[in-house]
Amino acid sequence: MFALRASRNVLKSRPVFARGLASTAEAPKVPAPRIKKFGIYRWNPDTPEKKPELKEYEVDLSQCGPMVLDALIKIKNEQDPTLTFRRSCREGICGSCAMNIEGRNTLACLCRINPDIAKEEKIYPLPHMFVVRDLVPDLTQFYKQYKSIEPYLQRDEVPADGKENLQSIADRRKLDGLYECILCACCSTSCPSYWWNQQEYLGPAVLMQAYRWMIDSRDEATAKRQQMLENSMSLYRCHTIMNCARTCPKGLNPGLAIAKIKRSMAFV
Amino acid sequence: MARKLSGLQKEVLALYRKCIRAAHTKSPENAPAFEQMARLSFRKYQGLNTKEFTTIEHLLRKGYRSLEIYGDKQVKKCTPVAL
Repeated sequence: MFALRASRNVLKSRPVFARGLASTAEAPKVPAPRIKKFGIYRWNPDTPEKKPELKEYEVDLSQCGPMVLDALIKIKNEQDPTLTFRRSCREGICGSCAMNIEGRNTLACLCRINPDIAKEEKIYPLPHMFVVRDLVPDLTQFYKQYKSIEPYLQRDEVPADGKENLQSIADRRKLDGLYECILCACCSTSCPSYWWNQQEYLGPAVLMQAYRWMIDSRDEATAKRQQMLENSMSLYRCHTIMNCARTCPKGLNPGLAIAKIKRSMAFV
Repeated sequence: MARKLSGLQKEVLALYRKCIRAAHTKSPENAPAFEQMARLSFRKYQGLNTKEFTTIEHLLRKGYRSLEIYGDKQVKKCTPVAL
Protein backbone atom coordinates (compact mmCIF):
# COMPACT_ATOMS: atom_id res chain seq x y z
CA MET A 1 0.00 0.00 0.00
CA PHE A 2 2.70 2.45 1.07
CA ALA A 3 4.87 1.50 -1.81
CA LEU A 4 2.12 2.24 -4.23
CA ARG A 5 1.51 5.66 -2.76
CA ALA A 6 5.21 6.48 -2.83
CA SER A 7 5.52 5.58 -6.47
CA ARG A 8 2.55 7.78 -7.24
CA ASN A 9 4.20 10.72 -5.52
CA VAL A 10 7.29 10.22 -7.59
CA LEU A 11 5.23 10.35 -10.73
CA LYS A 12 3.57 13.52 -9.56
CA SER A 13 6.74 15.33 -8.63
CA ARG A 14 8.46 14.66 -11.96
CA PRO A 15 7.54 17.02 -14.74
CA VAL A 16 5.69 15.05 -17.36
CA PHE A 17 6.42 17.48 -20.12
CA ALA A 18 9.33 19.87 -20.32
CA ARG A 19 9.64 22.59 -22.93
CA GLY A 20 12.90 22.77 -24.79
CA LEU A 21 12.90 26.55 -24.85
CA ALA A 22 12.03 28.53 -21.80
CA SER A 23 9.57 30.89 -23.42
CA THR A 24 6.03 31.51 -22.33
CA ALA A 25 3.22 32.22 -24.72
CA GLU A 26 2.18 35.83 -24.60
CA ALA A 27 -1.37 36.54 -23.62
CA PRO A 28 -3.36 37.56 -26.73
CA LYS A 29 -3.40 41.32 -27.06
CA VAL A 30 -6.74 42.83 -26.18
CA PRO A 31 -7.11 46.11 -28.02
CA ALA A 32 -8.24 49.06 -25.98
CA PRO A 33 -12.01 49.35 -26.09
CA ARG A 34 -13.37 52.14 -28.24
CA ILE A 35 -16.97 52.68 -27.24
CA LYS A 36 -19.14 54.38 -29.82
CA LYS A 37 -22.74 55.41 -29.35
CA PHE A 38 -25.39 54.57 -31.89
CA GLY A 39 -28.77 56.24 -31.90
CA ILE A 40 -31.24 53.96 -33.63
CA TYR A 41 -34.82 54.74 -34.57
CA ARG A 42 -37.21 52.40 -32.81
CA TRP A 43 -40.89 51.95 -33.39
CA ASN A 44 -43.00 48.91 -32.65
CA PRO A 45 -46.24 48.31 -34.58
CA ASP A 46 -47.61 46.20 -31.71
CA THR A 47 -47.87 49.31 -29.57
CA PRO A 48 -48.84 51.92 -32.17
CA GLU A 49 -49.89 54.44 -29.54
CA LYS A 50 -46.27 54.73 -28.37
CA LYS A 51 -44.29 57.36 -30.24
CA PRO A 52 -41.19 56.38 -32.17
CA GLU A 53 -37.97 57.04 -30.28
CA LEU A 54 -34.24 57.18 -30.81
CA LYS A 55 -32.69 54.49 -28.66
CA GLU A 56 -29.05 54.62 -27.71
CA TYR A 57 -26.71 51.66 -27.90
CA GLU A 58 -23.04 51.46 -27.09
CA VAL A 59 -20.78 49.31 -29.22
CA ASP A 60 -17.11 48.56 -28.68
CA LEU A 61 -15.61 49.23 -32.12
CA SER A 62 -12.48 47.21 -31.31
CA GLN A 63 -14.70 44.12 -31.08
CA CYS A 64 -16.79 44.93 -34.13
CA GLY A 65 -16.50 44.85 -37.91
CA PRO A 66 -15.90 48.07 -39.83
CA MET A 67 -19.35 48.55 -41.36
CA VAL A 68 -22.54 49.89 -39.84
CA LEU A 69 -24.26 46.61 -40.61
CA ASP A 70 -21.70 44.80 -38.45
CA ALA A 71 -22.57 47.11 -35.57
CA LEU A 72 -26.29 46.56 -36.10
CA ILE A 73 -25.87 42.80 -36.12
CA LYS A 74 -23.68 43.02 -33.03
CA ILE A 75 -26.33 45.06 -31.24
CA LYS A 76 -29.01 42.61 -32.27
CA ASN A 77 -26.95 39.62 -31.16
CA GLU A 78 -25.65 40.93 -27.89
CA GLN A 79 -27.80 43.76 -26.62
CA ASP A 80 -31.29 43.90 -28.04
CA PRO A 81 -32.73 41.03 -30.07
CA THR A 82 -35.89 43.05 -30.76
CA LEU A 83 -34.01 45.46 -33.04
CA THR A 84 -35.39 44.89 -36.53
CA PHE A 85 -33.75 45.60 -39.88
CA ARG A 86 -33.51 43.95 -43.28
CA ARG A 87 -30.19 42.48 -44.32
CA SER A 88 -29.06 39.71 -46.54
CA CYS A 89 -25.87 39.67 -48.58
CA ARG A 90 -23.73 42.07 -46.47
CA GLU A 91 -21.81 43.11 -49.58
CA GLY A 92 -23.96 45.61 -51.43
CA ILE A 93 -25.59 43.24 -53.88
CA CYS A 94 -29.05 42.67 -52.50
CA GLY A 95 -30.02 46.20 -51.45
CA SER A 96 -31.92 45.00 -48.39
CA CYS A 97 -30.13 47.07 -45.76
CA ALA A 98 -30.89 50.50 -47.24
CA MET A 99 -31.35 53.00 -44.43
CA ASN A 100 -30.63 56.56 -43.48
CA ILE A 101 -27.26 56.71 -41.75
CA GLU A 102 -26.06 60.07 -40.43
CA GLY A 103 -28.53 61.84 -42.68
CA ARG A 104 -27.58 59.97 -45.81
CA ASN A 105 -29.44 57.17 -47.53
CA THR A 106 -27.08 54.32 -48.04
CA LEU A 107 -26.60 50.60 -47.59
CA ALA A 108 -25.57 49.73 -44.05
CA CYS A 109 -23.27 47.04 -45.41
CA LEU A 110 -21.33 49.51 -47.58
CA CYS A 111 -21.19 52.33 -45.04
CA ARG A 112 -18.20 52.49 -42.72
CA ILE A 113 -18.74 53.39 -39.10
CA ASN A 114 -17.46 56.89 -38.51
CA PRO A 115 -14.28 56.25 -36.44
CA ASP A 116 -14.84 59.45 -34.44
CA ILE A 117 -16.15 57.91 -31.23
CA ALA A 118 -17.08 61.27 -29.75
CA LYS A 119 -19.95 61.54 -32.20
CA GLU A 120 -23.12 59.51 -31.95
CA GLU A 121 -24.06 57.69 -35.16
CA LYS A 122 -27.74 58.17 -35.91
CA ILE A 123 -29.59 55.56 -37.92
CA TYR A 124 -33.09 56.05 -39.27
CA PRO A 125 -35.20 54.10 -41.77
CA LEU A 126 -35.49 55.46 -45.32
CA PRO A 127 -37.17 58.87 -45.14
CA HIS A 128 -40.77 59.51 -46.15
CA MET A 129 -41.69 55.86 -46.31
CA PHE A 130 -44.18 54.17 -44.06
CA VAL A 131 -42.37 52.20 -41.41
CA VAL A 132 -43.19 48.55 -40.88
CA ARG A 133 -41.02 48.32 -37.79
CA ASP A 134 -37.81 49.95 -36.52
CA LEU A 135 -35.58 50.27 -39.60
CA VAL A 136 -37.84 48.39 -42.01
CA PRO A 137 -39.66 50.62 -44.50
CA ASP A 138 -42.78 49.62 -46.42
CA LEU A 139 -41.64 49.38 -50.05
CA THR A 140 -44.95 48.13 -51.49
CA GLN A 141 -45.57 51.36 -53.40
CA PHE A 142 -42.01 51.37 -54.75
CA TYR A 143 -42.36 47.81 -56.06
CA LYS A 144 -45.77 48.56 -57.54
CA GLN A 145 -44.25 51.43 -59.48
CA TYR A 146 -41.44 49.19 -60.67
CA LYS A 147 -44.02 46.69 -61.85
CA SER A 148 -45.92 49.41 -63.69
CA ILE A 149 -43.01 50.09 -66.09
CA GLU A 150 -43.05 46.44 -67.23
CA PRO A 151 -39.38 45.76 -66.56
CA TYR A 152 -38.93 42.81 -68.87
CA LEU A 153 -37.98 42.18 -72.48
CA GLN A 154 -40.84 42.82 -74.89
CA ARG A 155 -40.52 41.84 -78.54
CA ASP A 156 -42.61 40.09 -81.15
CA GLU A 157 -40.13 37.97 -83.08
CA VAL A 158 -38.29 34.99 -81.77
CA PRO A 159 -34.58 34.83 -82.67
CA ALA A 160 -33.81 32.89 -85.87
CA ASP A 161 -31.88 30.13 -84.10
CA GLY A 162 -34.53 29.90 -81.40
CA LYS A 163 -32.01 30.45 -78.65
CA GLU A 164 -30.88 33.93 -77.71
CA ASN A 165 -31.59 37.52 -78.63
CA LEU A 166 -28.14 38.65 -79.64
CA GLN A 167 -26.77 42.10 -79.07
CA SER A 168 -23.65 43.85 -80.32
CA ILE A 169 -20.94 44.75 -77.85
CA ALA A 170 -21.62 48.45 -78.43
CA ASP A 171 -25.32 47.97 -77.69
CA ARG A 172 -24.50 46.05 -74.56
CA ARG A 173 -22.21 48.84 -73.45
CA LYS A 174 -25.18 51.23 -73.43
CA LEU A 175 -26.60 49.32 -70.47
CA ASP A 176 -23.52 49.89 -68.33
CA GLY A 177 -24.30 52.20 -65.44
CA LEU A 178 -27.97 51.19 -65.61
CA TYR A 179 -28.16 47.46 -65.14
CA GLU A 180 -26.13 47.59 -61.90
CA CYS A 181 -29.07 49.14 -60.04
CA ILE A 182 -30.17 46.88 -57.19
CA LEU A 183 -33.42 48.74 -56.43
CA CYS A 184 -32.46 49.57 -52.87
CA ALA A 185 -34.70 52.68 -53.05
CA CYS A 186 -31.97 54.92 -51.61
CA CYS A 187 -32.26 57.37 -54.52
CA SER A 188 -36.05 57.49 -54.71
CA THR A 189 -36.38 58.15 -51.00
CA SER A 190 -33.77 60.91 -51.12
CA CYS A 191 -35.67 62.80 -53.83
CA PRO A 192 -37.86 65.70 -52.57
CA SER A 193 -40.04 65.40 -55.66
CA TYR A 194 -40.68 61.79 -54.75
CA TRP A 195 -41.43 62.73 -51.14
CA TRP A 196 -44.21 65.10 -52.15
CA ASN A 197 -45.64 63.12 -55.08
CA GLN A 198 -45.04 59.52 -54.15
CA GLN A 199 -48.36 58.39 -55.56
CA GLU A 200 -47.78 59.66 -59.10
CA TYR A 201 -44.10 60.42 -59.67
CA LEU A 202 -42.21 57.21 -60.42
CA GLY A 203 -38.95 58.25 -58.78
CA PRO A 204 -35.35 58.00 -59.96
CA ALA A 205 -34.77 54.29 -59.40
CA VAL A 206 -37.81 53.20 -61.39
CA LEU A 207 -37.24 55.77 -64.15
CA MET A 208 -33.65 54.61 -64.54
CA GLN A 209 -34.94 51.08 -65.08
CA ALA A 210 -37.50 52.43 -67.57
CA TYR A 211 -34.60 54.00 -69.47
CA ARG A 212 -32.62 50.78 -69.23
CA TRP A 213 -35.39 48.99 -71.13
CA MET A 214 -35.92 51.85 -73.58
CA ILE A 215 -32.35 51.78 -74.86
CA ASP A 216 -32.03 47.99 -74.85
CA SER A 217 -31.46 47.10 -78.51
CA ARG A 218 -33.42 43.84 -78.07
CA ASP A 219 -36.52 45.50 -76.69
CA GLU A 220 -39.13 46.63 -79.22
CA ALA A 221 -41.61 48.37 -76.93
CA THR A 222 -39.68 51.66 -76.68
CA ALA A 223 -42.53 53.73 -78.14
CA LYS A 224 -45.01 52.17 -75.76
CA ARG A 225 -42.71 52.78 -72.81
CA GLN A 226 -42.31 56.42 -73.79
CA GLN A 227 -46.06 56.73 -74.20
CA MET A 228 -46.57 55.55 -70.62
CA LEU A 229 -44.39 58.39 -69.29
CA GLU A 230 -46.07 61.04 -71.45
CA ASN A 231 -47.84 62.94 -68.68
CA SER A 232 -46.97 65.68 -66.23
CA MET A 233 -46.45 63.41 -63.22
CA SER A 234 -44.69 60.13 -64.00
CA LEU A 235 -41.50 61.59 -65.46
CA TYR A 236 -41.60 65.37 -65.48
CA ARG A 237 -41.66 65.74 -61.70
CA CYS A 238 -37.90 65.30 -61.92
CA HIS A 239 -36.46 68.78 -61.43
CA THR A 240 -32.83 67.61 -61.62
CA ILE A 241 -32.28 68.04 -57.92
CA MET A 242 -29.71 65.25 -58.28
CA ASN A 243 -29.94 63.95 -54.74
CA CYS A 244 -30.28 60.55 -56.40
CA ALA A 245 -26.81 60.62 -57.96
CA ARG A 246 -25.27 61.94 -54.74
CA THR A 247 -26.76 59.24 -52.53
CA CYS A 248 -26.57 56.15 -54.78
CA PRO A 249 -24.52 53.54 -52.89
CA LYS A 250 -23.57 51.91 -56.20
CA GLY A 251 -22.32 55.17 -57.71
CA LEU A 252 -24.91 55.28 -60.50
CA ASN A 253 -26.52 58.38 -61.91
CA PRO A 254 -30.32 58.11 -62.17
CA GLY A 255 -30.60 61.86 -62.79
CA LEU A 256 -28.64 61.52 -66.00
CA ALA A 257 -30.79 58.59 -67.14
CA ILE A 258 -33.94 60.63 -66.52
CA ALA A 259 -32.47 63.54 -68.50
CA LYS A 260 -31.81 61.12 -71.37
CA ILE A 261 -35.41 59.90 -71.29
CA LYS A 262 -36.58 63.49 -71.42
CA ARG A 263 -34.31 64.16 -74.39
CA SER A 264 -35.42 61.06 -76.25
CA MET A 265 -39.04 62.10 -75.76
CA ALA A 266 -38.47 65.71 -76.76
CA PHE A 267 -36.48 65.02 -79.96
CA VAL A 268 -38.36 62.21 -81.62
CA MET B 1 -78.63 65.51 -32.66
CA ALA B 2 -76.01 63.61 -34.56
CA ARG B 3 -72.44 64.21 -33.56
CA LYS B 4 -70.29 66.00 -36.10
CA LEU B 5 -67.48 63.68 -37.12
CA SER B 6 -63.97 64.65 -38.15
CA GLY B 7 -62.51 63.53 -41.48
CA LEU B 8 -60.41 60.92 -39.81
CA GLN B 9 -63.37 59.52 -37.90
CA LYS B 10 -65.32 59.28 -41.13
CA GLU B 11 -62.45 57.43 -42.73
CA VAL B 12 -62.37 54.94 -39.87
CA LEU B 13 -66.11 54.38 -40.11
CA ALA B 14 -65.83 53.95 -43.88
CA LEU B 15 -63.19 51.28 -43.39
CA TYR B 16 -65.35 49.55 -40.78
CA ARG B 17 -68.27 49.54 -43.19
CA LYS B 18 -66.10 48.10 -45.95
CA CYS B 19 -64.87 45.35 -43.62
CA ILE B 20 -68.41 44.37 -42.58
CA ARG B 21 -69.52 44.38 -46.20
CA ALA B 22 -66.53 42.29 -47.21
CA ALA B 23 -67.38 39.85 -44.42
CA HIS B 24 -70.84 39.30 -45.88
CA THR B 25 -69.43 38.36 -49.28
CA LYS B 26 -68.11 35.19 -47.62
CA SER B 27 -70.13 32.01 -47.37
CA PRO B 28 -73.02 32.29 -44.85
CA GLU B 29 -71.49 29.85 -42.36
CA ASN B 30 -68.15 31.69 -42.29
CA ALA B 31 -69.37 35.29 -42.56
CA PRO B 32 -69.92 35.71 -38.79
CA ALA B 33 -66.29 34.83 -38.10
CA PHE B 34 -65.07 37.49 -40.53
CA GLU B 35 -67.47 40.03 -39.08
CA GLN B 36 -66.34 39.17 -35.58
CA MET B 37 -62.73 39.63 -36.62
CA ALA B 38 -63.48 43.08 -38.00
CA ARG B 39 -65.35 44.05 -34.83
CA LEU B 40 -62.57 42.81 -32.54
CA SER B 41 -59.88 44.54 -34.58
CA PHE B 42 -61.66 47.87 -34.25
CA ARG B 43 -62.62 47.33 -30.60
CA LYS B 44 -59.00 46.68 -29.71
CA TYR B 45 -58.22 50.36 -30.27
CA GLN B 46 -61.55 51.79 -29.19
CA GLY B 47 -59.96 53.55 -26.23
CA LEU B 48 -57.45 55.35 -28.43
CA ASN B 49 -57.45 59.13 -28.05
CA THR B 50 -58.98 60.84 -31.09
CA LYS B 51 -55.99 63.18 -31.21
CA GLU B 52 -53.50 60.39 -31.89
CA PHE B 53 -53.56 61.15 -35.60
CA THR B 54 -50.40 59.34 -36.62
CA THR B 55 -51.43 56.21 -34.77
CA ILE B 56 -54.93 56.23 -36.24
CA GLU B 57 -53.55 56.81 -39.73
CA HIS B 58 -51.18 53.91 -39.29
CA LEU B 59 -54.00 51.69 -38.09
CA LEU B 60 -56.07 52.75 -41.10
CA ARG B 61 -53.29 51.73 -43.47
CA LYS B 62 -52.89 48.47 -41.60
CA GLY B 63 -56.66 47.96 -41.76
CA TYR B 64 -56.80 48.48 -45.51
CA ARG B 65 -53.94 46.05 -45.94
CA SER B 66 -55.72 43.39 -43.91
CA LEU B 67 -58.96 44.09 -45.74
CA GLU B 68 -57.17 43.52 -49.02
CA ILE B 69 -55.82 40.20 -47.74
CA TYR B 70 -58.92 38.87 -45.99
CA GLY B 71 -61.32 40.38 -48.53
CA ASP B 72 -59.76 38.25 -51.26
CA LYS B 73 -62.15 35.76 -52.77
CA GLN B 74 -59.73 32.91 -52.17
CA VAL B 75 -59.81 33.44 -48.41
CA LYS B 76 -62.67 31.22 -47.25
CA LYS B 77 -62.31 30.84 -43.50
CA CYS B 78 -60.77 32.72 -40.61
CA THR B 79 -60.36 32.58 -36.87
CA PRO B 80 -62.02 35.60 -35.27
CA VAL B 81 -59.09 37.32 -33.53
CA ALA B 82 -58.23 40.99 -33.28
CA LEU B 83 -55.60 41.96 -35.83
